[in-house]
Amino acid sequence: MTDKPYHDIPGTIVFDAEQSRKGFHLNQFCMSLMKAANREAFKADERGYLDQWPMTEAQKQAVLERDWNGMLELGGNIYFTAKLAATDGLSFQQVAAMMSGVSQPEYAAMMLAGGRSVEGNRSKKEPR
Amino acid sequence: MARITAGVSTSHVPAIGAALDNGKSGDDYWKPVFAGYDFSKEWIAREKPDVVILVFNDHATAFSLELIPTFAIGCAESYAPADEGWGPRPVPVVKGDPDLAWHLAEKLIQDDFDMTIINKMDVDHGLTVPLSLMFGQPQEWPCKVIPLAVNVVQFPPPSGKRCLALGRAIRRAVESYPEDLKVMVFGTGGMSHQLQGPRAGLINSEFDNAFLDTLVNDPEAQAAVPHIDYVREAGSEGIELVMWLIMRGALSDEVRQVHRFYHVPASNTAVGHLILEDTGS
Repeated sequence: MTDKPYHDIPGTIVFDAEQSRKGFHLNQFCMSLMKAANREAFKADERGYLDQWPMTEAQKQAVLERDWNGMLELGGNIYFTAKLAATDGLSFQQVAAMMSGVSQPEYAAMMLAGGRSVEGNRSKKEPR
Repeated sequence: MARITAGVSTSHVPAIGAALDNGKSGDDYWKPVFAGYDFSKEWIAREKPDVVILVFNDHATAFSLELIPTFAIGCAESYAPADEGWGPRPVPVVKGDPDLAWHLAEKLIQDDFDMTIINKMDVDHGLTVPLSLMFGQPQEWPCKVIPLAVNVVQFPPPSGKRCLALGRAIRRAVESYPEDLKVMVFGTGGMSHQLQGPRAGLINSEFDNAFLDTLVNDPEAQAAVPHIDYVREAGSEGIELVMWLIMRGALSDEVRQVHRFYHVPASNTAVGHLILEDTGS
């Protein structure tokens, strides 16, 4: 693992080569949920469906627990994990709220007030 | 000869498409977003492009991680609206222009841009939301569309410099096409937004507005901005803004800004929109 300048950005995982390689099967599992029949099969037996994919146990657990940030850390990409969210009937904003640790109404209010400020969010070295 | 008469850039937020499709465009939340496009609809109805080259990114819809083309051009007859998990958007099928698209593909490749050719693709909100914003809800889209898909999902996307240069090559390629066509280039995506992780919801209107100024007036300077600046300042998904440089590159240095709009928020995202008429030779 080389040190990359974007590792300094707080609360952000850039989907680079390292993440992509780690998350290939996790993301392809998510992609499979584009098909209605697969969504049904997954919902009927989540563990059984996941076991058809050569994912790590940690990745499977993150999916089962709907640990949205955990999936990203384990190589998930947000556009792929969003398909799991859609399968659960969640809106993007609901998932964004969960990832940032607030309720959906709090998150929506933050967005209406102009969004999350970049001040204090540029660098891990910045005073927060 | 075909010529590029104008460039349009706009965000392509999926929730905008959903609001329109579900009859919510008059709601207090959405009204100001759609109002920013009132002028644009009148303008494009007057200007009547024959073809739009629509620069967008696919969001893990047509392209999974199996194939990740950096630049891909649609050469198909038509493109169906994609089912992104909640059924396809109720919008018309997008009609392509395979004659011009193949011409562009050949010219661009000969001009050192190694384009991937697309013969079959369903198009997601990245392509259909800009059409809805500009044309409303017609029975049929009033012009042909050539999709130009740019990878901005797998890091790194193409550099700003490369995007600007591709725009310039598109201009040369269009101008070498014998048919008398009025062509517009749409650059889509952005503006500041981050959809993932604890920093989700990031918006940076100062960065966005500086981007709009510099893109119009000094595209070379904007093209030199490195990816890390977009990610840090405009959020991990704000990197989509590099696609606007393709639109800008397709226009000459002299442009007239006929419309500019900026609004926060649409769901998780800052909405930005520009219309630039080409006034150069």
